[in-house]
Amino acid sequence: MKDMTNAEPLLEIKGLEKKFDLDRGFLETLKLRGGKITRETRAVHAVNNVSLDVHRGEALCVVGESGCGKSTVARLVAGLLTPTKGEIHYDGQRIDNLSRHAMRPLRKKIQMIFQNPYASLNPRMTILEALEEPVRHHNPEFSGSDVRDRVAEVMKSVGVDPAWAKRYPHEFSGGQRQRIAIARALTVDPEFIVADEPISALDVSIQAQVLNLMLEAKENRGLTYLFITHDLSVVEHFGTRVVVLYLGSICEVADTRTLFSSPKHPYTRALLSAVPQLKDDRPNHIRLKGEIPTPINLPQGCPFKSRCAFANSRCDEEKPKAIRQPDGSLVACHAVEEDRITPQV
Amino acid sequence: MSLLSVRDLTVKFAMRDQTVTALNGISFDLAKGERLGIVGESGAGKSITGFSLLNLLSRPGYIDNGQILFDGEDVVKMNDQQLRKVRGNRMAMIFQDPMVTLNPVLTIGQQMVETLRAHRKLSVEEARQIAVVKLREVYINSPEERLDQYPHELSGGMRQRIIIAIALLLDPQLIIADEPTTALDVTIQADIMELLLELCQSNQVGLILITHDLGVVSQMTERTLVMYAGRIIESGRTRSIINDPQHPYTQGLINALPQQTLPGEQLRQIPGNMPTLAQVPNGCAFNPRCTFATDTCRSQIPQISHYGEVEVACHEVQRLQSEQAREEEKA
Repeated sequence: MKDMTNAEPLLEIKGLEKKFDLDRGFLETLKLRGGKITRETRAVHAVNNVSLDVHRGEALCVVGESGCGKSTVARLVAGLLTPTKGEIHYDGQRIDNLSRHAMRPLRKKIQMIFQNPYASLNPRMTILEALEEPVRHHNPEFSGSDVRDRVAEVMKSVGVDPAWAKRYPHEFSGGQRQRIAIARALTVDPEFIVADEPISALDVSIQAQVLNLMLEAKENRGLTYLFITHDLSVVEHFGTRVVVLYLGSICEVADTRTLFSSPKHPYTRALLSAVPQLKDDRPNHIRLKGEIPTPINLPQGCPFKSRCAFANSRCDEEKPKAIRQPDGSLVACHAVEEDRITPQV
Repeated sequence: MSLLSVRDLTVKFAMRDQTVTALNGISFDLAKGERLGIVGESGAGKSITGFSLLNLLSRPGYIDNGQILFDGEDVVKMNDQQLRKVRGNRMAMIFQDPMVTLNPVLTIGQQMVETLRAHRKLSVEEARQIAVVKLREVYINSPEERLDQYPHELSGGMRQRIIIAIALLLDPQLIIADEPTTALDVTIQADIMELLLELCQSNQVGLILITHDLGVVSQMTERTLVMYAGRIIESGRTRSIINDPQHPYTQGLINALPQQTLPGEQLRQIPGNMPTLAQVPNGCAFNPRCTFATDTCRSQIPQISHYGEVEVACHEVQRLQSEQAREEEKA
């Protein structure tokens, strides 16, 4: 791990921020306040000051609940959204401000897999067309037979019979479609894959198939993953490092093993304790009060304070910074910093 | 006597060119206050089982055969008027998606009062008071104010709590919960499950929990049914099924979970897919995906029968057991 942190990261995210404006038109921004008409705009603060490194060969998992900004991070990295603030560097090159044209060679290196295999494949294209298109686009020098060979090879590697290539997506099951979506990402021989909840829409036995396929591709092709998920048991299995997000801010970054053996941030602890276990009869589930506040007009201080049992006046005023812990993890919590958290029994 | 007794329930769907069998001879019992889990993957027939219990199937689906005895009365034979007295009153259902279960144009209060007044002779004011009590039971803060809010003003977790409160309004004897937390986050899921468990235990309400999540079943229920392609393939005490599953499919389902394998290693996947109802294979429906399948499995449908502490529908369960015992000895 030490060596890896010294090496140049493949992907570097610095102070990333993304706001979505809620009031877009001029009229929408007009509000009546105390008898006067004022102009104010509201924005959803989806991602707030997130800094991350992804190293070659890693599978960095981003976890959090709905609305925490994990999908927005994925889309920003894949270049589907432009950040409001901050920088994204890929392999030493800044990529968040590139033009569509300049981005094109990078799209070959960075590929994305989406959550819903029912929506991510064009229903009017046969899977052969869907798979050949990116190969042709990114490799104009390829002959027709080169393209066909590449597609057939990738289809075989994801366990979809190339003889089915003439069929349409609706003729396949959810698991097969997700394999095809993975195949489409792999046809251009990428080095970095952004996967946004790739197995959440699938059944348990199919989840295992798809996860195995992704692990295989990681080993055989030397892929690096940014893996977005809400499922912690998948993280424990698949991830090398984990980032825990809450309301668009980082709570904790740690090696998978460190995170699961000694979670530090109160939110991480609650999240881990909430996973239904197979064997334990009585879980010692940490109950969080309330629910995630809206990311519109974020409050001052720690974003987690409204649900935290350890919150005090400092948490109300000052947003905690991520601080390196003795075991190498990064934790953004005043209570951890001040050692106010009673150790877990 | 058991509260619910389902016998040989068969549900069919009349499609344009063929009739498919969605449930094939389902039988099970539920004692008063018992919590039962129904697990399986999509297409196994678990939701259809839930819908059938309240006789909620609509065309093209219909109950072809079988009995659903609820407190001694057959739900299948009831007319609409009799059904109305059972539904929501003695048997309540909680659906998967809290975003669509509540009526968006009625306030929470209107929906609760309507349910109460449909079954009992109460004034609006009395009904509102009961509603407030029930909302408090599901830990809703300032319930009086919530009654005048619309569903879109509330979060997903809060809506599901309100749905639970509505289900409990008339003190039912049985709650059928169909994937009640699948659409919610883990921390909210844990809260809702804890609440449901607490309410069922303190009020002696029976629970049928339909889910694909074995972890949830393990924490919530006393007994479990495992379904595959419209049949029950294994049933028994939840502990026995989780710790010592007998059917190759149940074993596969549990072994496929990421926590059953060391991090980074290949997961033990079940090959293939669940068959569609129109193309259920001959014999045991699981045989194309099963590593133990024999000629018998490919031609004869296995009947469910006692094996050890559970009931299993598998021809090869004995051979499987002895082989696994041998492997364990070797190890």
